[in-house]
Amino acid sequence: MIVSAIFIQRANFIDACYIVAFSLFIYGMSGLTGPRTAVRGNKIAAVGMATAIIATLLTPHVLSGSSTPWLMLLGVAIGVGVGVPAARNVRMTAIPQMVALFNGVGGGAVAIIAWIEYRHHFHSGLSFWVQKSEIPTLFAAIVGSISFWGSNIAFGKLQEILPGRPIKLPGQTIINSVLFVICIGSAIVLAAGTHSQGLFIIGILLAAAILGNMVVLPIGGADMPVVISLLNAFTGLSAAATGIALNNTAMIVAGMIVGASGSILTNLMAKAMNRSVPAIVAGGFGGAIAAPAAAGGEDRGPVRSTTAQDVAIQLSYARQVVIAPGYRMAVAQAQHAVRELERALEKKGVTVKFAIHPVAGRMPGHINVLLAEPMCPTTCWARWTRSTRNSRART
Amino acid sequence: MSTITEIAILVLAAFVGFEVISKVPNTLHTPLMSGTNAIHGIVLLGGLLLMHEAHGVLEHALLVIAIAFGTINIVGGFVVTDRMLGMFKRKPDLPSGDGDQPQIEGDGK
Repeated sequence: MIVSAIFIQRANFIDACYIVAFSLFIYGMSGLTGPRTAVRGNKIAAVGMATAIIATLLTPHVLSGSSTPWLMLLGVAIGVGVGVPAARNVRMTAIPQMVALFNGVGGGAVAIIAWIEYRHHFHSGLSFWVQKSEIPTLFAAIVGSISFWGSNIAFGKLQEILPGRPIKLPGQTIINSVLFVICIGSAIVLAAGTHSQGLFIIGILLAAAILGNMVVLPIGGADMPVVISLLNAFTGLSAAATGIALNNTAMIVAGMIVGASGSILTNLMAKAMNRSVPAIVAGGFGGAIAAPAAAGGEDRGPVRSTTAQDVAIQLSYARQVVIAPGYRMAVAQAQHAVRELERALEKKGVTVKFAIHPVAGRMPGHINVLLAEPMCPTTCWARWTRSTRNSRART
Repeated sequence: MSTITEIAILVLAAFVGFEVISKVPNTLHTPLMSGTNAIHGIVLLGGLLLMHEAHGVLEHALLVIAIAFGTINIVGGFVVTDRMLGMFKRKPDLPSGDGDQPQIEGDGK
């Protein structure tokens, strides 16, 4: 009785659905942190998303208007039509750029929604709107636009449409600072109230777009995973800001969780690569980029090249072999061959171990994901991580 | 909802996010990033909520794009994460292991 009395109003029911949805997000994400619960965790989060979408469609007036449902359907159909095949068919080696692209479109959606939100309140001329929603909306517009363009550049670099090496312009630091000041300055002017608001919001979106391009272009391909993770966190934050502007609990919680976890994850990734996040981003802004490259050049020892036959002879007479696979193995699709090699050597009584650098490949854990395909069910992981740890302890 | 309530929700959600992620093995960083990436596709809700208020062709077109973008973000994100995680699953045709439990105790950072 009491429960039905509470739920009798549609608005309450929808709020309850949102609570269910973000609980499922949190539960699903904590599942994603363990290897055995990860698959289920991902599905639980997807169910949470479905709950949130259905609840939104049930909100009063949302489906009002003759063309509204059809336009929504059109948008969703385009999204599913593009997203599913892209996600299904992408090669496992191309995962990082795919994640960048999905992140980018999310940022783009945030920027567009912020723009529309702005136009509405500009046209309807609500002066009290300034109090509450203006700042989150402007924040979402700036960050969403940066995230969209930055992610696209990251995608272009990883897909090798753009050159992977850092691209620098003279006076980049100054240009970036000026763009940043333009964004913030226009935002302040808008928040204070001006007559040409329609122009200012477009100006903000454009300045943020150029800033997104300029910040990511100078960053080298190796740092890209960290940048993608950072932009992922940015998109999360801007989604949370949009949630505040629209009074939507599910968006606030989901966006903020992604923002917080994304920044932690960015930090973990940067640490695993022996870089710091400020150094990577500032590397793009100015000087520091030369340092790691130079260090890499000096540290490089002599390289001994050999032939396949020599390697075969050496391997078959060895007692213990440690294979350290890298990204190029994955590009060459050599996982299966490596597996064959391991089997053949083990038949000869050679102990084979795998040493996977924590950030081998293009993202932390990337090589493990790739190798899991031909080689090992989850039981092998233990051995891998143990040998990884061993090899790291030795070096 | 009052602004202060919303900010409270925001702060609490931030702590949940920090807490959830603090102990993840390196091997799961990529799937986790991809999974959280799918979750911020929640902006789709914004597109859905604004559609009935839109005026004119420009706003409608922009919102259709925003909804399409949000959907790509959600659907693509979850499918890619699922594919990635699917590779860690035991395959029936491979010789089964020694029954060891997979132990990925946080492999450093």
